[in-house]
Amino acid sequence: MMSAVATVFRKEVLENIRDHRVILSAFFFGVLLAPIIFALTANITSKRVAQTQEEPLEISVSGADRAPNLLAFFEENGAIAKRVELSADEAMRAVRSGAEELVLIVPEDYPSRLRAGEPAPIELVVDTANTHTSGNAERARRLLEGYSRQLAALRLLVRGIDPDVIRPIAVQTLDVATPAGRAALFLGMLTYFCFMSMLVGGFYLAIDTTAGERERGSLEPLLSLPVSRASLIVGKMLATSSFMAVSLLLTLVTFGIVLRFIPLERFGMSANFGWEVVAGIFAVMVAFVPLGAALMTVVASFTRSNREAQSWLSVVLFVPLAPILYAQLSGTKASAALMFVPSLSQHLLGTNLLRGDSIPPLHFVISAGTTLALGVLLALLAVRLYEREAILG
Amino acid sequence: MIVVENVSRSFGPVRAVDDISFVANDGRITGLLGHNGAGKSTTLRILSTVLRADSGRALVDGHDCARDSLAVRRSLGVLPHASGLYATLTGRENIRYYGRLHGMRGAPLESAIEELVERLGLGAVVDRRAKGYSQGERLKVALARALIHRPRTVILDEPTNGLDVNAVRMLRELLRELRASGRCILFSSHVMQEVAALCDHIVIISGGRVVVSGTPGEILEHTGATDLEEAFVRAADAERAE
Repeated sequence: MMSAVATVFRKEVLENIRDHRVILSAFFFGVLLAPIIFALTANITSKRVAQTQEEPLEISVSGADRAPNLLAFFEENGAIAKRVELSADEAMRAVRSGAEELVLIVPEDYPSRLRAGEPAPIELVVDTANTHTSGNAERARRLLEGYSRQLAALRLLVRGIDPDVIRPIAVQTLDVATPAGRAALFLGMLTYFCFMSMLVGGFYLAIDTTAGERERGSLEPLLSLPVSRASLIVGKMLATSSFMAVSLLLTLVTFGIVLRFIPLERFGMSANFGWEVVAGIFAVMVAFVPLGAALMTVVASFTRSNREAQSWLSVVLFVPLAPILYAQLSGTKASAALMFVPSLSQHLLGTNLLRGDSIPPLHFVISAGTTLALGVLLALLAVRLYEREAILG
Repeated sequence: MIVVENVSRSFGPVRAVDDISFVANDGRITGLLGHNGAGKSTTLRILSTVLRADSGRALVDGHDCARDSLAVRRSLGVLPHASGLYATLTGRENIRYYGRLHGMRGAPLESAIEELVERLGLGAVVDRRAKGYSQGERLKVALARALIHRPRTVILDEPTNGLDVNAVRMLRELLRELRASGRCILFSSHVMQEVAALCDHIVIISGGRVVVSGTPGEILEHTGATDLEEAFVRAADAERAE
């Protein structure tokens, strides 16, 4: 039994290593595509963050002559006021079309109302739907509030009142996010890429060893050999598993190298991705390999042709990714209960390692235990499917 | 030796094989002749233990196909109608894979391969990948693979389908050689000439039933036809008319 399993395993590995198509598609995603996508996203994000923080705020001001002190306040705070003459309608059109980013309109009654001590109107035209400029709109609003507070304080001083009277509470925000923690949100993508590269790595083998073998007419003679069907399918699943594990390892190693060249520090993140972390994430993720291999084999066993297997498996690729997507969007935190969910538990543990947190041994044991157990169950199902006569199609 | 006794097999409402009985002796070439869909492949699949019979029993070298399928598969060599070679493996690797799955290892396996390579004249191609093989080369390698464990009984499913004349001649010579060494050979075909040219014993099946069986001479006598071609058509049509 064991020697038959080993024979089948060796033959499947040899056969598929020689198939350039299989090798290309198995390792192209994990080794090339994923790190490239990742590096591009990282670079664009880091540039945008750096830009909005470093560039001076530029505000177009219509009717600037009516508010010389406001303009002086802007300059003191490093903002650049650009003088324009626009009516309210024109300003709105300009902002909507993107010709102007922000327009501040000083109405004609602004100086007189200011002098009279009444609330002096000022209009800030912004487009909140434009994510690129919303950061600047926020900065402009904060500047205006600052100016307003300064005027109020002056007025109170003139009346002999301590300006602190109108500051009953002083809010101070203490950000506890470590730089690695902030990066983890972004690095959450990485576990997603790990799952993709694992599944894609075994994709062709899962098809080739089942639906493919049947389609080429080599299954029937194989089944008439004095070998149990269980050892045939187990050997095949082991071959699929080894391709998946190699693909995962290659992806992690490539990331380990690529992340050294991405300036994550520039926007206040530090990637916690030394070789111990690579090894840790591999240890956490590899428990998913048998489950993924068995899942793909079971699905491919139901299909009648290579082509049908491919379309079904493309759908199956997204099943393990759904919990991750949900967790990313809802900001789910690791808990012992969630460790019973395969793929989600690997994602949470992997992200923890990236964040530089240690993971509770119990979490690791539950995650690996349940995922492996489910993998064995699905593998047994694959064996049962292979023992049916209908496997011949 | 193959013994089939009252074997039936249905797929849903379709009775693919209906109470078939025949014997294929050692040292003889037995032809299973019938139209497409007559039940030939189903019969062979029951013998190679890939399918189970609903009723009746089939024996290969005394082993029961249903109860002792592993022993049956050990004594059988099967040549499927598609060669089923692995394209990215060389001929030798294809043969070696089957040898290993038959439990053969090391020097005995390698010398068994070498012996077949010599006998089948595969020396020039056996270390090339199967992808570029001609029909004849594919057939030879598939045969070598089926014979690697020196089976007493050999089953061939429509072996001449899609082969050119040279390959067919080569196959005939080989089957005669196997017969001379005392093996039991059972092969299926829907081509009368094919069977007539080779077989000592013919089993004609139609609609899942054996309509007539015997030596070519006995079949002519039984159907009252002057040549086998006509005998086949008459026998098959008589069954259909019922």
